[in-house]
Amino acid sequence: MAVIAIGDFVGVAKDTVEHFHGNQLVYVGWDKHLMFYAPMCLCVPPAMRFRDLVAGPVAEVYAAHPQWAQIDWSRAVWLRSGEPFTPDPERSLAENGIGHKESLRLRTPGLDGIGGSGT
Amino acid sequence: MDMKVKKKLALKEKFALMTRGLAWETSYEPMEAVYPQMAYEGLRIHNWDAWEDPFRMTMDAYWKYQAEKERKLYAIIDAFAQNNGHLGVTDARYINALKIFLSAVPMLEYNAHRGFARLGREMRGVGPQIACQMQAIDELRHAQTQIHSLSNYNRFYNGFHDWKHMSDRVWYLSVPKSFFEDACTCGPFEFIIAISFSFEYVLTNLVFMPFISGAAYNGDLGAMTFGFSAQSDEARHMTLGLEVIKFMLEQDPANLPIIQRWIDKWTWRGVRLLTIVAMLMDYMLPKRIMSWKEAWELYFEENGMALFNDLARYGIKLPDCTELIRKEKDHLSHQAWNAFYTAGMMTNFHTWIPTPEEMDWLASKYPDSFDQYYRPRFEHYRELEKAGKRFYNTSLPQLCQVCQIPMLFTEGDDPTQIAYRQVTHQGDKYHFCSDYCRDIFTHEPDKYVEAWLPAHQIFMGNCFNPGDDPSAAGFDPKKSVLDYWHIAFGRDNMDFEGSEDQKNFAAWRDQATRN
Repeated sequence: MAVIAIGDFVGVAKDTVEHFHGNQLVYVGWDKHLMFYAPMCLCVPPAMRFRDLVAGPVAEVYAAHPQWAQIDWSRAVWLRSGEPFTPDPERSLAENGIGHKESLRLRTPGLDGIGGSGT
Repeated sequence: MDMKVKKKLALKEKFALMTRGLAWETSYEPMEAVYPQMAYEGLRIHNWDAWEDPFRMTMDAYWKYQAEKERKLYAIIDAFAQNNGHLGVTDARYINALKIFLSAVPMLEYNAHRGFARLGREMRGVGPQIACQMQAIDELRHAQTQIHSLSNYNRFYNGFHDWKHMSDRVWYLSVPKSFFEDACTCGPFEFIIAISFSFEYVLTNLVFMPFISGAAYNGDLGAMTFGFSAQSDEARHMTLGLEVIKFMLEQDPANLPIIQRWIDKWTWRGVRLLTIVAMLMDYMLPKRIMSWKEAWELYFEENGMALFNDLARYGIKLPDCTELIRKEKDHLSHQAWNAFYTAGMMTNFHTWIPTPEEMDWLASKYPDSFDQYYRPRFEHYRELEKAGKRFYNTSLPQLCQVCQIPMLFTEGDDPTQIAYRQVTHQGDKYHFCSDYCRDIFTHEPDKYVEAWLPAHQIFMGNCFNPGDDPSAAGFDPKKSVLDYWHIAFGRDNMDFEGSEDQKNFAAWRDQATRN
């Protein structure tokens, strides 16, 4: 039984994609940069290009970090659901296989936060 | 005619009559129909009479004791209010701890009241029924006395004005709210393990000590007094917690795995909830009692271990999560303050950077973590602040589906790496802060898929101020959400430095001590 209940009970998922008015959720975290206490939760259209996601809402938050401007994007690694993947920046989130409530993580080798402290 | 005077009842006799004597076996309805919630959790109870009444207290004695406590409490609260006791606290920063307390704890007490009121009706067996009824009234009293004690602060300081409204809506307050809603929607046996055993017995000292000793250390007589008034009740609640677990375990060996699962789950749920208490102890009390780490070692690792050793004879094991908790104790409070400090635009209290002396204290209490990982963070924020660019993170955080805390916890063995866990359930992805929150989800997904996660609700458009039109030109979603929460921007939130609270406290204290 998927829940301990006195009668039959079927949970109704509260956060399915149709609740977001044509948009979807994406979570973005930047490993070793805990000046940002948690990955951010974004609500964006599935047709948004990956490039625009990063240059737009992601940069808007992360640009506050002194290392954001130092990122060598040719060496940066993205993880999708914990697995390395190579996004095509010109393609949409949907075309990059980034569905609703997908978790993206950015790794920037050599940049490990302020003073290497993970901050 | 001679009057026949009946001898006064002996205490034991009276106790039996006033408790056990009040119950009966039904004759025209099966007992299972009268107590319909007793079976579905799978627990087997063969003999309710084996229940030892842990309190040995009758209702009339209960009323008498409680009335005495109330009289004393309200006398002190009145004196505190009339003598401007709020100006006697160490530092106005302390008052922000009370804002968290008021918006989180009375709501917890009230929900505990609701849960125990249900058990007072549903528990088959008069011993536990009466114990639960008394606890239901206790919890209501705690909620009420907390609200009364802290209402005095609302006359002088910001952020206290709408705690009830906030506790149902503000993002971080979904953590305590969902904790209790999870417990209240469990069966009666799981509820009593969750609250009476895991929370009241195993973890309660860690909640009380920082708030109540913290209040005493920081000159807050009002908050200290309601704590003491509640403490004698807490002792009774702890006794119930221990009694109930022994009773269930002794009834049938098949109960063991069910109870072990509940202990594992609720120890973890409770520890996650205490994250905010850890932060409060290390960062929000101007005069500190002890560090979170020291409190954890004393109250959990020493006292808690003794308890689990005692339960080992029933086959109960220490929850698996204990090992991760041990690793997290060096990091918890710092990571939580980092979150609230940087999310300080969305809070109903003020935040600040610890002073250099406070950072040295933290370094001395956390020699294996503070200087290496957290001092650089706070010093960076201080530089930004000096440059007039106080750092606020305005993004909404990814939340754990179960504990609802932002995903801020790091891997046990790497404090620079956020812990990510996820599962796919019926085609949708769900995210967790830890293995233990994930396991709670996968055991009962139908419960947790219904979680009301504030960040998601905001994006659905369910948290805008009524009357605001999101499609209107110039609509400011962040402002609208703060309005919906009843947080006054620039007054209730943001940094303590420069706040109205800071200025008023300084001015009033000045008036109180000089001409």
